[in-house]
Amino acid sequence: MAIALILVLVAVGSVVFHFLSPWWWTPIASNWRYIDETILITFWITGVVFVAIILFMAYCVYRFRHRPDRQAAYEPENKRLEWWLTIATAVGVVAMLAPGLFVWSQFVTVPAEATEVEIVGQQWRWSYRLPGPDGRLGTSDVRNISPDNPLGLNPNDPDGQDDVVVDGEDLHLPVDRPVKVLLRAVDVLHDFYVPEFRAKMDMIPGSVTYFWFTPTRTGTFEVLCAELCGVGHSAMRGRVVIQTQAEYQAWLSGQRSFAQLEPAR
Amino acid sequence: MSGMAPGADQAIPPAETAEVELYHPHSWLTKYVFSQDAKVIGIQYSLTAIAIGMVALVLSWLMRLQLGFPGTFSFIDANTYYQFITMHGMIMVVYLLTALFLGGFGNYLIPLMVGARDMVFPYVNMLSYWIYLLAVLVLVASFFVPGGPTGAGWTLYPPQAILSGTPGQEWGIILMLLSLALFIIGFTMGGLNYAVTVLQARARGMTLMRMPLTVWGIFTATVMALLAFPALFVGAVMMLFDRLLGTSFFMPTLVEMGQQLRYGGGSPILFQHLFWFFGHPEVYIVALPAFGIVSDLISTHARRNIFGYRMMVWAIVIIGALSFVVWAHHMYVSGMHPYFGFFFATTTLIIAIPTAIKVYNWVLTLWRGNIHLTLPMLFALAFIVTFVNGGLTGLFLGNVVVDVPLSDTMFVVAHFHMVMGVAPILVIFGGIYHWYPKITGRMMNEAMGQFHFWVTFLGAYAIFFPMHYLGLLGIPRRYHELGEMSFVPASAHDLNAFISIVALVVGFAQLVFLFNLAWSLRHGRLAGGNPWNATTLEWQTPETPPGHGNWGKELPVVYRWAYDYSVPGAEQDYLPQNHPGPARGTAGTAA
Amino acid sequence: MIVTLLFMLVLAAVAGWWLLKHGLGSRPWLETDPAGPLPGPEPSLLPEAKLGLGVFLTVAAALLAMLVSSYLMRMDMEDWRPLPWPRLLWFNTGVLVLSSVALHGAVAAARREEMAGLRRGLLAGGAGAAVFLVGQLLAWRQLSAAGYRLSTNPADAFFYLVTAVHGLHVLGGLVALGRTVARLPDGRVTQRLRLSVELCATYWHFLLLAWLVLFALLAFSPSFLWLYEICTAPLR
Repeated sequence: MAIALILVLVAVGSVVFHFLSPWWWTPIASNWRYIDETILITFWITGVVFVAIILFMAYCVYRFRHRPDRQAAYEPENKRLEWWLTIATAVGVVAMLAPGLFVWSQFVTVPAEATEVEIVGQQWRWSYRLPGPDGRLGTSDVRNISPDNPLGLNPNDPDGQDDVVVDGEDLHLPVDRPVKVLLRAVDVLHDFYVPEFRAKMDMIPGSVTYFWFTPTRTGTFEVLCAELCGVGHSAMRGRVVIQTQAEYQAWLSGQRSFAQLEPAR
Repeated sequence: MSGMAPGADQAIPPAETAEVELYHPHSWLTKYVFSQDAKVIGIQYSLTAIAIGMVALVLSWLMRLQLGFPGTFSFIDANTYYQFITMHGMIMVVYLLTALFLGGFGNYLIPLMVGARDMVFPYVNMLSYWIYLLAVLVLVASFFVPGGPTGAGWTLYPPQAILSGTPGQEWGIILMLLSLALFIIGFTMGGLNYAVTVLQARARGMTLMRMPLTVWGIFTATVMALLAFPALFVGAVMMLFDRLLGTSFFMPTLVEMGQQLRYGGGSPILFQHLFWFFGHPEVYIVALPAFGIVSDLISTHARRNIFGYRMMVWAIVIIGALSFVVWAHHMYVSGMHPYFGFFFATTTLIIAIPTAIKVYNWVLTLWRGNIHLTLPMLFALAFIVTFVNGGLTGLFLGNVVVDVPLSDTMFVVAHFHMVMGVAPILVIFGGIYHWYPKITGRMMNEAMGQFHFWVTFLGAYAIFFPMHYLGLLGIPRRYHELGEMSFVPASAHDLNAFISIVALVVGFAQLVFLFNLAWSLRHGRLAGGNPWNATTLEWQTPETPPGHGNWGKELPVVYRWAYDYSVPGAEQDYLPQNHPGPARGTAGTAA
Repeated sequence: MIVTLLFMLVLAAVAGWWLLKHGLGSRPWLETDPAGPLPGPEPSLLPEAKLGLGVFLTVAAALLAMLVSSYLMRMDMEDWRPLPWPRLLWFNTGVLVLSSVALHGAVAAARREEMAGLRRGLLAGGAGAAVFLVGQLLAWRQLSAAGYRLSTNPADAFFYLVTAVHGLHVLGGLVALGRTVARLPDGRVTQRLRLSVELCATYWHFLLLAWLVLFALLAFSPSFLWLYEICTAPLR
């Protein structure tokens, strides 16, 4: 009988743990509140199912435990019951999937007014590039990479001359302005991951991936790499500073453009 | 190709197969070492898988020591840590779980359960085991080569896997890929046997719908594995070409540590597609045999027919088919085309429906049963708990947008350990406690078994349930050390230490299990031919352990399905499948 | 992966049809008789080996489907530079067709129990396959002499990989054929020999079919690109 009791304890204990756990998601700092809400919906639906199944099982184990005079029922199937359970499950699945797909369609639709920012990953550090006054990023190619041109910008592209290259420093972004993050990798897969932003995406050498978000809160946030990239993976850290528009402009004006970086010019 | 399509008339061999068709061993060597008897091959597979699994278990202790007590153990640095996680993952998924379920349980149980004398191609079956052993040895060899085994993570994503920033880039990755290719060749040989034996060598009267769910699970998993492993094979061969011959299948133009490499034009995402086209079916290749076995354990020990047998069979087949169209849910944040997300999230969540039906039917089998709380039953109950838990967290990760914050965090680690680590292994234990008396003629020791059960079940739950919350907090996986993270409270480090201690305890409980395996061989209680009063054919053999050729002179004839337990009006509470007695309900008052 | 998925879909359809035909909908708890008619007088060794080969060929076909899928996915990228096509491959294809025809003749001869015809068919088939392999090696040499090596470009690498995989299968077939030929001196067309010949012929036809698909893919894929692009257009 211990097992029936333990099953109840496992179900109840899991729920208690869930509500008392000091480990919960970080306070959100982006517009992806919907993602958190979808997670909550999923927690509720799956939690109810989990508790119901385990408690029902515990009850069965207790109620129908072996006794010499007991004979089990002979019932090969029960079509009605099975269909009802199937339909109920399908409803539960739709209740999780529908909001999920709805939010995903927002996630993949970048608003037109989003500013582009480029983030480049390499073993084992982050670099950034912001468009200059022209609002456009120049082309790039890893074949152009040299000590003077760490991100491989195309030196002949006029769009790239005013780009701001941030290498070895924190990324600064203005609050409440949507950002389209263009992701590039120089050597292996990386993944730009700030827990507070919720959004993340792998960066792949040879192609440009992206995601978008709007920072909603000022502060300094930790950047981690979330795709195994070699021995230095866990040391690949960085910081993003979200600032008010005025602070951001002040920081931006202190940065040098690509044209100013290049010693040959 | 006349006769290719197996018609029903060809599916049933004559009741008396001439003995001469069977292969006979002539010496000790051909009886126990180079044996062509599926039972011996099954035991060889199982013991080898358990042995290499112990290596993986020790590796998990080492990595837990590092995670729980970072910096305390000087012999674990970043290099070795990544090597440990890689080898642990690959061994557990491929060399332990796949080999044990299909090569071990499959070889031992399929011929016995369908009423055949042996597998249909015994020689190929023997080769299958020896190639598997060779694959294991090649894998183990990578611990002893310069640079050690690969540390690329079990997913082996290029370009990282073959670049110098990853440990084991010199030899480890080459041996890993070679070993995988060998494993796949060996498995294909075995898989041909399992599939064709089920299709062609069933006893008279064993229609498809009379087969026990164990056979259904292993058979479907075999078919899936035969079709999914080629994807990994292609991926492994192409990566070997990239590493050894300088091709660029997966390697784009890249600059490594300021150095321009001569690769160019390859696609890293292509490997991910190939890997997960194998990798996702692989989850079900492990899960379906577990589903099948646990159905039989529950039915036998609850003395009740499995509830909704037809739905159970259909669910196995549907899950098997659907699992080929969900692979990219492992790649939601890989940078593939975002519109794929809609498709794969939908297919992934649809697969939850047949899976849920299976869970309901297991629990409904307990309802109005006559539940004997034997060791196999305890493990089956524990399986349901961990599988339901792990399956439900799968609904988080399958739902594309929820996966975005959770991917590559400890939540994923907790999820897949619960659903395809702990849950199937609990079934393996249940299966071993269940069939040990058939294999050896003796019962396993109950006290040691109880200890093993409680520590393993509660310990594993205590390890992996809280781990989800570390992931929810945002702690990434595959971190050799967390270091300072502003959003991680000190209590999370305490939780990590707690998990590590429990992991060590659970690990040591497995030694008790191993000891029990050996001890009961000599000292276990004598079991008799059918200690659980089970209906399926393997318990009806004339000898225990079953002799060569399984059935003595005459093959069994099957008269009923595998689940005639507690039939109203019958004098016993079970009717074996080869019991020719009256049809159900004619002797009594069926409800 | 569209090609692989289509392949899987066909397999799923066949499996589904087969399962339905074998009573997937029946209620087994209502039946208590040994089901199915009594087996025929002949022991059913033949179908087992044939079914085994059928399963193996399915696995091999899955392998090729993955290769084709990978090829198409890679071809889709903009820097794809297809390599020139050695004329020799047309000749090789012809030889492989003849080889397959010869084995087809061998099966017919075996059924008629005609020893001389059987021998002729097997040897001609084997010789054809050997010539095909030599031809493929020559094609490799021509290409690499012209500067198209494994590591020059993904298109080249794919060419070598695909032809190598196919060639290895042919080589394996030659081993099996050699074992069949070794049984010839018995002088009688036994059932076992006939089975071996039939299995070899089936395998040869499969290899021919696979080669025709791969040949069309490698040689003409640029001309079919528009079709592939239409299929994948919604995903762009």
